[in-house]
Amino acid sequence: MTRIGSPRGARRTARVALVATFALALAACGGAKVGEDTTSSAAPAPGGSGTAAACGTVNIAINPWVGYEADAAVVAELLQSKLGCTVVKKNLDEQVSWQGFGTGEVDVILENWGHEDLKKKYIEEQKVAVEVGPTGREGKIGWFVVPWMAEKYPDITDSANLNKYADLFKTSESGDKGQFLDGDPGFVTIDGPLIKNLGLNFKVIYAGSEAALITSFRQAEKDKKPAIGYFYSPQWFLSEVPLVNVKLPPYTPGCDADPKTVKCDYPVYNLDKIASAKFATSGSPGYDFVKKFQWTNDDQNVVAKYIAVDKMSPEDAAKKWIADNQAKVDAWFTS
Amino acid sequence: MAVLEAAKTTRPPAAPPAAPATGPVWAAHRGAVVAGVVAVWVVLWALLRNRFTLTLDTASTTDLHLRINDIRDSIDAGRNSNPLFLYVFNEIRLVIDALTNTISGLIAQPAFGRPVPLLGWLGVVAVVMFVAWALGNGRVSLLAGAVFVFFGLQGLWTQAMDTLALTLAAVLVSLLIGIPLGVWAGLSDRVNRVLTPVLDFMQTMPTFVYLAPLTLFFLIGPASAVIATLIYAAPPAIRITAHGIRSVAPATVEASVALGSTPRQTLFGVLIPVARRTIVLGINQTIMAALSMVTIAALIDAPGLGQNVLKALQTLDVGTAFNAGLSIVLMAIVLDRVTTAMSERVEVARLMTPQAIARRPYLLGAGAFTTLVCVYLSYTFANYAVFPKPEGSSLGYVGDDVARVADSVTTWTQSNLTFLTQSWKDVSTAWILDPVEHLLVESPWFVVFAVAVVLSMVIGNVRAAVTTAVCLAVVIGTGLWSDTMTTLAAVLVATVLTVLIGVLVGVWMGRSRGADRAIRPVLDAAQVLPSFVYLIPFVALFGATRFTAIVAAVVYSAPIAIKLVADGIRNVSATTVEAALSAGTSTLQMIRKVQLPMAREALVLATNQGLIYVLSMVVVGGLIGAGALGYDVVAGFRQSTYFGKGLAAGLAIVMLGVMLDRVTQAASGRTGGAKKR
Repeated sequence: MTRIGSPRGARRTARVALVATFALALAACGGAKVGEDTTSSAAPAPGGSGTAAACGTVNIAINPWVGYEADAAVVAELLQSKLGCTVVKKNLDEQVSWQGFGTGEVDVILENWGHEDLKKKYIEEQKVAVEVGPTGREGKIGWFVVPWMAEKYPDITDSANLNKYADLFKTSESGDKGQFLDGDPGFVTIDGPLIKNLGLNFKVIYAGSEAALITSFRQAEKDKKPAIGYFYSPQWFLSEVPLVNVKLPPYTPGCDADPKTVKCDYPVYNLDKIASAKFATSGSPGYDFVKKFQWTNDDQNVVAKYIAVDKMSPEDAAKKWIADNQAKVDAWFTS
Repeated sequence: MAVLEAAKTTRPPAAPPAAPATGPVWAAHRGAVVAGVVAVWVVLWALLRNRFTLTLDTASTTDLHLRINDIRDSIDAGRNSNPLFLYVFNEIRLVIDALTNTISGLIAQPAFGRPVPLLGWLGVVAVVMFVAWALGNGRVSLLAGAVFVFFGLQGLWTQAMDTLALTLAAVLVSLLIGIPLGVWAGLSDRVNRVLTPVLDFMQTMPTFVYLAPLTLFFLIGPASAVIATLIYAAPPAIRITAHGIRSVAPATVEASVALGSTPRQTLFGVLIPVARRTIVLGINQTIMAALSMVTIAALIDAPGLGQNVLKALQTLDVGTAFNAGLSIVLMAIVLDRVTTAMSERVEVARLMTPQAIARRPYLLGAGAFTTLVCVYLSYTFANYAVFPKPEGSSLGYVGDDVARVADSVTTWTQSNLTFLTQSWKDVSTAWILDPVEHLLVESPWFVVFAVAVVLSMVIGNVRAAVTTAVCLAVVIGTGLWSDTMTTLAAVLVATVLTVLIGVLVGVWMGRSRGADRAIRPVLDAAQVLPSFVYLIPFVALFGATRFTAIVAAVVYSAPIAIKLVADGIRNVSATTVEAALSAGTSTLQMIRKVQLPMAREALVLATNQGLIYVLSMVVVGGLIGAGALGYDVVAGFRQSTYFGKGLAAGLAIVMLGVMLDRVTQAASGRTGGAKKR
């Protein structure tokens, strides 16, 4: 397709390039040389001169949700600035992160939601990982409706009344039943059996990803369309659209043991931290800090909001929170 | 740009038409037979509805799925003592890691004890422009330079270079393996026969299935990302090289042999040089395929633009995702145009005037010198090493604006068009998708099985029918029959839509150069824009539904169908068209009676490619509400318990792909054969 006669064009190209280069070269004479400026490259860690060697490298798995990113941002910032560690963040899904304990490429997971099967495999059987204690935060999984519905139909927030409204939730996907949206395939759900055992006239539709689930809720609230589904807190989206929790029969230990007969709410997850066995026994001050690190849902929500809503980089968001919460930070470093 | 099209189109036509023209009685009344079979099917469906449907609940698994989990676990547990790991996988990983890190240190990441990569932005731009000019032409060189500077202005220089480094590494390894294999497959029919199903498997098995296990074998790092990319990107290089070698005229080879050449001399002196242009096309396709893996590889920590897309998705930030997606599109366009120009270079060189030939070395020298100056500058001065960014901006000079515009366009669309899109969705689902799905999912499995085999025989040939039987038997074995039927329904509807759009737009483009020039870049962009970018607006417009998944699949697959139809229409011989014109044919008559029938082969090919492309979107569909196989595959990646089920679902998708491919190819073989006769 190229038209013939490109040599002329090419010559012109070369000439233009040459002129441009010289112009640039002239402009560059006053420019800073690579390695000269001190701001960009490895500045020595303030206050960490003695411990720098001891900490070494910490590989943090970054699981794909904003709350986790907030945890990791603050921990990474403190590991670097207070302890002089080298932090490597690895963007990984949960399952792959756990595999990383075995292959030695992940040192720590900062916010673990349950995952009893993985705990059994990597902590009990392969012994490559250890529990590092709670993050101080509680994860709540449950059923949620869009806020406008809770306002208009106050009794919709009790699952016992849901059948009354099932017709409202009908969509092209659910046929003659109400549509119940499930989200991210990464979470264990018991919604299918739960709906059946509670005798609800709903059908579970798999949105397939967190993004699709959130978008569905967001659009429903905007257009005042009905939507009910599976959601969880803490989650940054709740600060944009405060979904309303639907009451299920209360959770009692063991009530969810048999999925065939389950008839109760999800348990409250105590989100915890997991580290590789190697990191736990390394004697690194980084590990001691990770072990002590705990904060509240509110703390995390603040940082998550900086990242998700205010579009700050995780690093800047962490720095801002640290500057505003010196007392909390200091507590993590006093023994 | 022909993303993957040649990769798939150059598959050797499956089988010589097995059903001869004089064959079975149905041959004469094919349409009537198909209608009859479908009628019988509907009756059986009505009688036996919802029985023997082999349904498996989304949250349930079968023994087979659990057994696959166990196999994975035992591999995982034995990885420190397994000699395969110690001596094979580790060695492969070390080599690929070293290669990738070298390229990355050259252009993307700090390395060699420097705080910045060896080549700064100015150096990279200069080298890219010089290479594009020397191996291609001046026009593509300017395009490449402009696009690379634009990466910097978008505030994505480093990410773009990370992506480029990873793509280059993957392409390099793909070609190292692919070209020799392709030459071998081109020379030997047996190798070709063995390789074809393997390549089918590599191209249709969803990446999500093997992504997590890859990190067990090759750890989290460049090696896994490169190998994930390679599995998908090497097949086009192999297929097209084999095709190139095969299509060298036998007379040329015979002449070479008659002149006393050894086989080696024939290969390197005749076959490879003659097939060179086709081989370059294979390289082009491999690059495109590699770029389409950027976002998925980011799930296992591959650096680059994919990370920006995924991160933006977490906060539903469509603008930022689009900004990064745009970079990927532009990089694909540059790499496509440069490699295409390279493949045309031979012809261009032949037509150069003697003066131009004499001048060329001097020009090249001057260009090389300029490039070296730029390289030196970018090596030495910080301003030419790190792309400057305005104060207080998160995305560089134009990135913020790109993001803002994309955001406002989506917001406007989402607030003003939902009433339209929702009703489309409801009507199409109720009148088209649901009936097809009911028929496939609610019929007893043996009815669907029998219908599929008979239809394959009627539309295709006996061999296609056997393939269909085998594929469906494997699907039953995976334990995912019902999910497979749900997915098949969506795939069939999406393909029909794709072909319809392909014919409408393709005919237009084939008849009008102007339309072609205006539409083609849009098609290119639709093919390479990562689907993750438009996932959110689509869900906002249509909700998380099966229809949404169909729309996404059509957006991805219609471009290829359109291009194939357009080419087919254009290739109808000019004399035929003129003859028809002089006979006083109207435009509509011309299209219906002359151009479309004569482009029939292109139409069948467009259907075949449309199907394959739609199938490759099944997993993306699972992310936006399609459920079924796509969801199973994603769940297998996300949750360790569902690994086995995800693998089984991947296998079912491969089986659907092989089945649909062989049937449509047999159909195209038949029409092609019929015409020759």
